[in-house]
Amino acid sequence: MSGLFSAVGSLWTWLSTIFDPLCGPAGLFTIYSMFSPHTLLACGDAGWGDELAGGLKITIAVSLATLPLGIVIGFFVALAQQSEEKSLRLAAGVFTTIFRGLPELLTLFIIYYGLQILLQSFLAKFGYDGPIEINAFAAGMVALAIVFSAYCSEVLVSAFKAIPKGQYEAGDALGFHRARTMRLIIVPQLVRISLPNLGNLWMNLLKDTSYVSIIGLADIIRQTGIAVRATKAPFTFYSIACLFYLTLAVISSIGLYYLDRWAKQAEVHR
Amino acid sequence: MSHAEVLIAAQPAPPQTAKKLSKARVTGYFFLTLWAILGVALIAMIVFGWDVEKLETFGPRLLNGLGITIKLVAISFVLGAILSMPLAVARMSNNKILSTLTYCYVYLFRGTPLLAQIFMVYYGFPSFRWFFEDIGMWWFFKDPFYCGVFAMTLNTAAYQTEIVRAAIQSVPKGQREAANALGIHTWVALRKIIIPQALIVALRPYGNEIILLIKSSATVSIITVYDLMGETRYAFSRTYDYQIYLWAAIFYLVIVELMRNGWAFMEGRLTRHLKR
Repeated sequence: MSGLFSAVGSLWTWLSTIFDPLCGPAGLFTIYSMFSPHTLLACGDAGWGDELAGGLKITIAVSLATLPLGIVIGFFVALAQQSEEKSLRLAAGVFTTIFRGLPELLTLFIIYYGLQILLQSFLAKFGYDGPIEINAFAAGMVALAIVFSAYCSEVLVSAFKAIPKGQYEAGDALGFHRARTMRLIIVPQLVRISLPNLGNLWMNLLKDTSYVSIIGLADIIRQTGIAVRATKAPFTFYSIACLFYLTLAVISSIGLYYLDRWAKQAEVHR
Repeated sequence: MSHAEVLIAAQPAPPQTAKKLSKARVTGYFFLTLWAILGVALIAMIVFGWDVEKLETFGPRLLNGLGITIKLVAISFVLGAILSMPLAVARMSNNKILSTLTYCYVYLFRGTPLLAQIFMVYYGFPSFRWFFEDIGMWWFFKDPFYCGVFAMTLNTAAYQTEIVRAAIQSVPKGQREAANALGIHTWVALRKIIIPQALIVALRPYGNEIILLIKSSATVSIITVYDLMGETRYAFSRTYDYQIYLWAAIFYLVIVELMRNGWAFMEGRLTRHLKR
């Protein structure tokens, strides 16, 4: 069994090396450094190509990891925001007001250092008082997800409002339980209505991931900064960083276009 | 025909059913308690951590930083608004080259993070120092504050271009045609007919843009501008006192909420003739 796993693992490594768009055998940086006299962007020890590609991977990983967490939290906050229970509405309102009003950078610091202090005081009760370092990836993911969910809840609330009450009543008439009405009737429409706005939020999320470089995660910006310090070619490297972000934006807008078209398929013209 | 001889005696009111403790209520109270605990912890932290010396050292600095943040946002918003006007006109013009160029500008600045733009200006532009010294602009790009203003102005100009474009295009075409039919000159029609209607539409996006700008102005602290966030980071690096971040959070929340409510009030006043 473990032999199978290692075989699959090595196959995956092999595939991801072959089809690596930047540093693979047919990657952009590899081809570029074949024709270019200087090795600034070469992959491997000679240049900074592989470091930049690693940064790109981290940026994509952070945003992909944040997205589901943010949407799930945002969904429950949206449910709370339009619940009949006053206390629940109030609690959700406080949440969105705070996290929509704070700068993302400050939220990131508050969560990064706050978690560290909380964990430290918690572990101190058990007699452990060594230094504690929170994983920057986890802290960045949580902070970005909270900011994302605050905005996401607003989008989802307005999407909820666009769904007529008759849809819930139809669910009741069919004898569906609340959760089943939600899953089979409401959520599919919710996705369709909120998709364009969620797409905008995703674009913002991609840009906001640049802040995780400040707490030490090796994303595009941080890797670029390291390369700049070593090579003294800031303009080139920051241009490449901007190009990376632009490419991500272009790819996502193409993806979102197709996603939107797919979601619109089932639309009933009312 | 028979009729009722005896009236039914008055019945006592049904017993009061106990208020049901629904799941939603439990959750709501749970989260409210959580917020209350956090709030109490915040106040306790401030009361128990009250340190006159720290307040005297960092208090004025934080206020100074707040001033710089407001200055930064005000300057870049106004400059961005001025810059966005010709850009919006170019974006809507029939000239293909002009509109494509402006589209590229807008896409470039909306598709990349502000942090990358600020780094580009602050670290990237000094590679062209000889050029800036030639045109006598080196003093400008040497100073982190001006670099921040420059990057934020270009950034917000891109967003505001889209706001202006959307607002002007939201004015129905008939308005322009009516002005043409009345023989009103294009510029007069623009100033007296199109722009007043477009500005009403643009009010809300402008308010959102200011709030976004206040929030993103915290980014300039990374290039050693001592704005509110920069002073906070400085104070934290000196004291390792977590409170300072919470103070900064309160400052930012107050500014943003003031701005939001003030803007909503102004919008309500300005659009009261449109309410039905």
